Amino acid sequence: MFAYLVRRLFLMLVTLFGISIVIFFLLRIVPGNIVDILFAAAGYVDPADKANLEKELGIDQPLVVQYVHWIGGFLRGDFGYSYVSEKPALQEILPRIPITARLAGLALLFSASIGIPLGVISAVKQGTKLDYALRVVSLSGLSLPSFWLGLLILTASVAMFGQMPIFNPNPQTWLEAFATYAVPAAAVGFRSAALTMRITRSSMLEVLRQDYIRTARAKGASDAAVNYHHALKNAILPVITVIGIEAAFLIGGLIVTETVFNIPGVARFLVEAIRWRDYPIVQNLVMFIAVVVVFANFTVDMLYAVFDPRIRFTE
Amino acid sequence: MADMSDLVLDVKNLRTVFFTNSGLFKAVDDVSFTVRRGETLAIVGESGCGKSVTALSLLRLVPDPPGRIVGGSVTLEGTDLLTLDDAEMRAIRGNRISMIFQEPMTSLNPVMRIGHQIVEAVRLHRNMSAKEAHDLAIEMLRLVRIPEPARRAREYPHQLSGGMRQRAMIAMALACRPALLIADEPTTALDVTIQAQILALILDLQKELGTGLVLITHDLGVVAQTAQRVIVMYAGKKVEEASVEALFAAPKHPYTRGLMASIPAVPASDVAPQARLNEIPGTVPSLVRLPAGCAFAPRCKLAIKRCQEEYPPLADWGGGHLAACWRAAEVAEVA
Repeated sequence: MFAYLVRRLFLMLVTLFGISIVIFFLLRIVPGNIVDILFAAAGYVDPADKANLEKELGIDQPLVVQYVHWIGGFLRGDFGYSYVSEKPALQEILPRIPITARLAGLALLFSASIGIPLGVISAVKQGTKLDYALRVVSLSGLSLPSFWLGLLILTASVAMFGQMPIFNPNPQTWLEAFATYAVPAAAVGFRSAALTMRITRSSMLEVLRQDYIRTARAKGASDAAVNYHHALKNAILPVITVIGIEAAFLIGGLIVTETVFNIPGVARFLVEAIRWRDYPIVQNLVMFIAVVVVFANFTVDMLYAVFDPRIRFTE
Repeated sequence: MADMSDLVLDVKNLRTVFFTNSGLFKAVDDVSFTVRRGETLAIVGESGCGKSVTALSLLRLVPDPPGRIVGGSVTLEGTDLLTLDDAEMRAIRGNRISMIFQEPMTSLNPVMRIGHQIVEAVRLHRNMSAKEAHDLAIEMLRLVRIPEPARRAREYPHQLSGGMRQRAMIAMALACRPALLIADEPTTALDVTIQAQILALILDLQKELGTGLVLITHDLGVVAQTAQRVIVMYAGKKVEEASVEALFAAPKHPYTRGLMASIPAVPASDVAPQARLNEIPGTVPSLVRLPAGCAFAPRCKLAIKRCQEEYPPLADWGGGHLAACWRAAEVAEVA
């Protein structure tokens, strides 16, 4: 087990190193840098001024030097300064993380707490009208992009209530906080819930055919005990895998959802930073997201062993 | 006639059908039998003859849809199980009537500890604390001769061998001391050496607990060792019923005779050893398109015109030896 953990940790470091290279060079491939953008907006370009500014920001140096400079700072905890605000990158990123984290957490909670039970019901009632209805809901969730769903929700709330939900940056009570995050979380989590439901359904259908389910019924166990205790415990592994992958995909969904709902989280901030070619912000933020995703995958793998006693991590 | 109070199970005219895309088929067609306390009844037949569906019908576990019990009665200790509601039926399953399945490798829940699975069976039917139920589970594991029962109770099914798992299944099935145990080919999936052990174990416990036993098998060797009475099924129907002695001494149905002839390694003394194993020609007919007459007629050497046109009634040939064959009287002479 210990050897596995060490090996796993090493692999995670290698992965993150690879990601850092990809982020860095992809960002440089995108045409233009912040200086181009600033000077293009001004309309007049004095090449000397431009060179000065580039020199000041260090983006005139060879790419390898720039990379080593960034990654060296990253490892020391020096994340550089935002080109746009000229504030330390960390100071810009950190306050926005809890907002996105709450949104993502709520969306995942939403997808698991809605998707899993509905998937179980759909499987147990396979072939009934309820199953078909749930599958239509699930298919619609997979087909609706989250920004479109977000826009629909906003339009509907204006049409029905004459106003749209406004982001409340300082919720006073727990309930207020929930109300602030629930709607955007639902908009972005709907897709995950739909996917979770589909996977739960197919995994459950597979498990419900197994001999040990018949054994459980032969013991006199109730339908609920059979479905949720005996079957779901066996069917949950693929669901966990999907939720783990969804946790990563969620970031993509959040970028548009935060924009649609005007929420000042990291995801929308990232888009802003990309538009300005604000390298320190983009690089460090994407690196941070990569770390989160890598750890989410690691957690999922560890959860396998918790849910399935047959899985043991040995050499 | 035995004392009626001794009767554990009385199945009358049981009919279970399946509704499929290719039509309706009668998996169990008008089957009747009884089991007395401590008695072993063997149900014998080829794959697909309705043995397992009969067993599942007794527990009302036939998957619905596509299956449904459409007629008859299943009286367990005086109660007709077919009239109970779902909750009442659940209180019977695993409590008064238990079942052991063919595949010990897949019949235990892979993500639950052995002990817990037995505890669950106990606590569903007995008002016991978790501790008491756990102690009982270990006691049951000891009863089925699993060494180190306390340690095994903490293990998961994949940590046990096939024979051990079947022992655990037996422990689970008998934990509530049921009146009737159904064993659906309990040894088919096991090694030959383990088979004998498991059978001996089931019989010992049956004697100890006075349980009625329905043993489903296709192995006539097992029948001869274990059962007091036998019913032979073919294409969903009971074609012969007799005591073990009577059946082996003088089978009345050509199908039974064919089954016996196809047992290898038991050559009758007057038959020279042969290179080729005996077989019954042909296969079990599709239950959707059964012939009007005897379902076995197309495979039967003795079949006459009447066999194809009229289904033979179950006739009593003395001493409760029933057989459904127009030519039962001639079977012994001809074959």
